[in-house]
Amino acid sequence: MEKKTIAGQSVNLNNEGYLTDSSQWNKEIAKEIAKEEDIELSDKHFEVLEFLRKIYESGDILTIRKVGKSGIVDIKGLYKLFPGGPLKISSKIAGIPKPSSCV
Amino acid sequence: MSTNKNEKPLKKVCIICSKGTIEDVYATLVMGNGAVMEGIEAKLFFTFFGLDAITKKQMNKLHTGTVGNPAMRMPGGLPFPTILGILPGVEAGVSSMMKKQMEQLDIPSVDEFLEMITAGGGEIYACKLAMDMFKLKKEDLHDEVKDVLTIGEFYEKVGGEEGTQIIFT
Repeated sequence: MEKKTIAGQSVNLNNEGYLTDSSQWNKEIAKEIAKEEDIELSDKHFEVLEFLRKIYESGDILTIRKVGKSGIVDIKGLYKLFPGGPLKISSKIAGIPKPSSCV
Repeated sequence: MSTNKNEKPLKKVCIICSKGTIEDVYATLVMGNGAVMEGIEAKLFFTFFGLDAITKKQMNKLHTGTVGNPAMRMPGGLPFPTILGILPGVEAGVSSMMKKQMEQLDIPSVDEFLEMITAGGGEIYACKLAMDMFKLKKEDLHDEVKDVLTIGEFYEKVGGEEGTQIIFT
């Protein structure tokens, strides 16, 4: 685990760059992490991020299928928003742990 | 996370499915979908009985074999006597239980799974030889199937860069 200052706030990250405490997250931090992934966040991105955080906070298993059925974006759209890691990269930007589900 | 600099990350997987049981088909689908979700190019090739997984009429009616499977257990963990497996309706019952368990884990039906894979850029192919054997036409296959290939054409798709693996389920 390492401590890092992102967008002026000190946060704890694990060795893969995921926030270890999701309550340290804010939109500015999201923008900074997204920049490292070469993603510029739009309103649509933030809608997805809020949805992911809601699922995480509810204790449910996060799957790509749930996002596809959220009404925010379909699965194809999700791949476009977060290329190369629709669930992995979006979770990192949303400040929640790396998804542990196989779907 | 790769610690060894000589380790090459996986870039492409070609997954071959030749059997039509729930477990064989889902192993293929989970690996294919898992690959595209990790940013790995995925090509799925269905042949012989695996064609059931992409045939419109059969794809959502797959079964698990209840005979000759020593890992089969009764609910509660007791061994499942093979002789039970031959009774009418047992295979259907076991298969529907498997599907119910998967649904609880948010694992989709076969057709939806194929759509998820192609949504992520994965490609689905059918084997020409097996199609001819089973007298199937392209129209019999799900819309997400990109093409019917000979084995030579399949190898052409596999070819190329480092970091490619062929997986048989």
